[in-house]
Amino acid sequence: MQDDLVQRILKNPQYQELKAKRSRFGWWLTLAMMVVYYGFILLVAFNKGFLSQKLGDGVMTIGIPLGFGVILFTIVITAIYVKRANTEFDELSSAITTAAFKK
Amino acid sequence: MSTHHNTVRRVLTLLALLGVSFTVWAAGADLGQSEKQATNWTAISMFALFVVGTLFITKWAAAKTKSASDFYTGGGGITGFQNGLAIAGDYMSAASFLGISAAVMASGFDGLIYSIGFLVGWPVITFLMAERLRNLGKFTFADVAAFRFEQKPIRIFAASGTLVVVAFYLIAQMVGAGQLIKLLFGLEYYIAVIIVGALMMVYVLFGGMTATTWVQIIKACLLLGGATFMALSVLWHFGFSAEAMFAGAVQIKTDLALKDGKIAEAAAAAGQSIMGPGNFVKDPISAISFGMALMFGTAGLPHILMRFFTVPNAKEARKSVMWATGWIGYFYLLTFIIGFGAISFVLTNPQFLDAKGGLLGGNNMAAVHLANAVGGNVFLGFISAVAFATILAVVAGLTLSGASAVSHDIYATVIKKGKADSASELRVSKLTTITLGFIAVVLGIAFEKQNIAFMVSLAFAIAASANFPVLFMSVLWKDCTTKGAVIGGFLGLISSVVLTVLSPSVWEATLGNPKGSAWFPYTSPALFSMTIGFVGIWLFSILDNSQRAKTDRAGFLAQQVRSETGIGASGASGH
Repeated sequence: MQDDLVQRILKNPQYQELKAKRSRFGWWLTLAMMVVYYGFILLVAFNKGFLSQKLGDGVMTIGIPLGFGVILFTIVITAIYVKRANTEFDELSSAITTAAFKK
Repeated sequence: MSTHHNTVRRVLTLLALLGVSFTVWAAGADLGQSEKQATNWTAISMFALFVVGTLFITKWAAAKTKSASDFYTGGGGITGFQNGLAIAGDYMSAASFLGISAAVMASGFDGLIYSIGFLVGWPVITFLMAERLRNLGKFTFADVAAFRFEQKPIRIFAASGTLVVVAFYLIAQMVGAGQLIKLLFGLEYYIAVIIVGALMMVYVLFGGMTATTWVQIIKACLLLGGATFMALSVLWHFGFSAEAMFAGAVQIKTDLALKDGKIAEAAAAAGQSIMGPGNFVKDPISAISFGMALMFGTAGLPHILMRFFTVPNAKEARKSVMWATGWIGYFYLLTFIIGFGAISFVLTNPQFLDAKGGLLGGNNMAAVHLANAVGGNVFLGFISAVAFATILAVVAGLTLSGASAVSHDIYATVIKKGKADSASELRVSKLTTITLGFIAVVLGIAFEKQNIAFMVSLAFAIAASANFPVLFMSVLWKDCTTKGAVIGGFLGLISSVVLTVLSPSVWEATLGNPKGSAWFPYTSPALFSMTIGFVGIWLFSILDNSQRAKTDRAGFLAQQVRSETGIGASGASGH
């Protein structure tokens, strides 16, 4: 990539906006995933009794819906990121590209 | 409480006797030692059908595979949805299907802990890596890692990281294939290994990435379809009530404990124990370390990373991980239901049990016996064929990524200094494919009797400690330098291998040293070796005052512009 093109893009406030927004969003979601997963693992390691607690009169425990919940959370949080990245961020990105190649 | 522990201990001893290491067995690769069963012609004919179908696809793909780009990435023209299925296919190995359902059958909830560990790496890849990989890379992950660095040392590191991960993963798959064919088809071990080696070479040699991807997609659909049918059959039997399914399983586990001579109360506790965490997590450090290997290892597996270059742009790359995460998550929910179904329909049926009440052919047969119970002999044949096809597809993907590392990173970039023409690069890839195929067959046969339970978790640990840190730091950290990345990367690679050798699963289980003599007490080295990798990269980068380091740092802004916007990214080659 030519230096002047890079310089032009770096000076574009939209580029700085895209970079800041997307990386903030990505890191927050990463943090959320870490908290949920390692929270679950720490429960398994330190508080087995909580996960084995029965929910009602039957055999169902808190652990099963919670475990399924972690799986669903993983899928949903991925979908949320992809949705925003493929609409809002991509529009910003293509605006930057258009501006960069305009004289 | 203590009776509960006794049950778990007995289950674990039983597993150990079967030659199956509990930890890694669900983790996805080791199928343990198995006994040869009667020849199953239904399964063999179904597998033959799969082979004929995929060979036609290979023929079609061969016509499209002309350049090195076609070979490595299918010309970059695969859609996000297709690629998502292929990634899911790479990830849903035979052993994760058979292993996790068997783990759920044996200890219920603990099986779920494994599958969750395997899933949670995907969002992190999506948020931090997917689009940057697509925007910076062309054929291999070394393209990304070496983007602004001195090519030669980074490429040599990346190729080593790739080949080591591929080698361990490949051996695990080959041994798994041999064990599986004894169980499922009733054929000899070496026949399986040779069939897998030969077919894989045909797919990769003639059809390159296009054929490998389609074999993977077909297999993913068959596996998801078969597993869905099994889970629905189980749920249908219980009137689609989860409570009824769990209650039935708890009752059976309780009855089994009673039959073992337990008093009523203890037996009830043993039954209920499958509904909560058992002894899987022995100490928190092992749990977190293992979790890190799974979470970040996924983001460093070369055959998975390579798939990001088969789609035309970052948008499709993101879509592929979204689909992959969805399919893999769905698959793990299915294996959980299948495991509980196996408690109800397999553990109670004398047809599937040996004289001692164990499963015919070993615990890993849980899903296979369940297939027989819910769908009869034809469906049993179908599931057996799919399980074998799964290994074949994964092996093809692994070989392709190994071949790319040799031909693209070593031959074209290091030896020919980027001046190799497409035809000679393609020739080197094909030669490497043949070589890797032979090595895989030889090692597969050599490791037949070995305890290889550690190999897949080792592959994940190396990927997390060497490939991932280098990729991550080179893309996201401005001050990273060539020297830092290479030294830190190799430190991560060496420490993960050494710590694995010193851990109980190799030092005691494979090398036969006495119990408790392992130098490194934890299940997985990732927590330590990943730290070594990252600290190494950081330290040797900030200490680096060379001329090259200035160039490396100066290149960051341009690299970042490309990774964020995709301007200048290598596009689909217009097929």
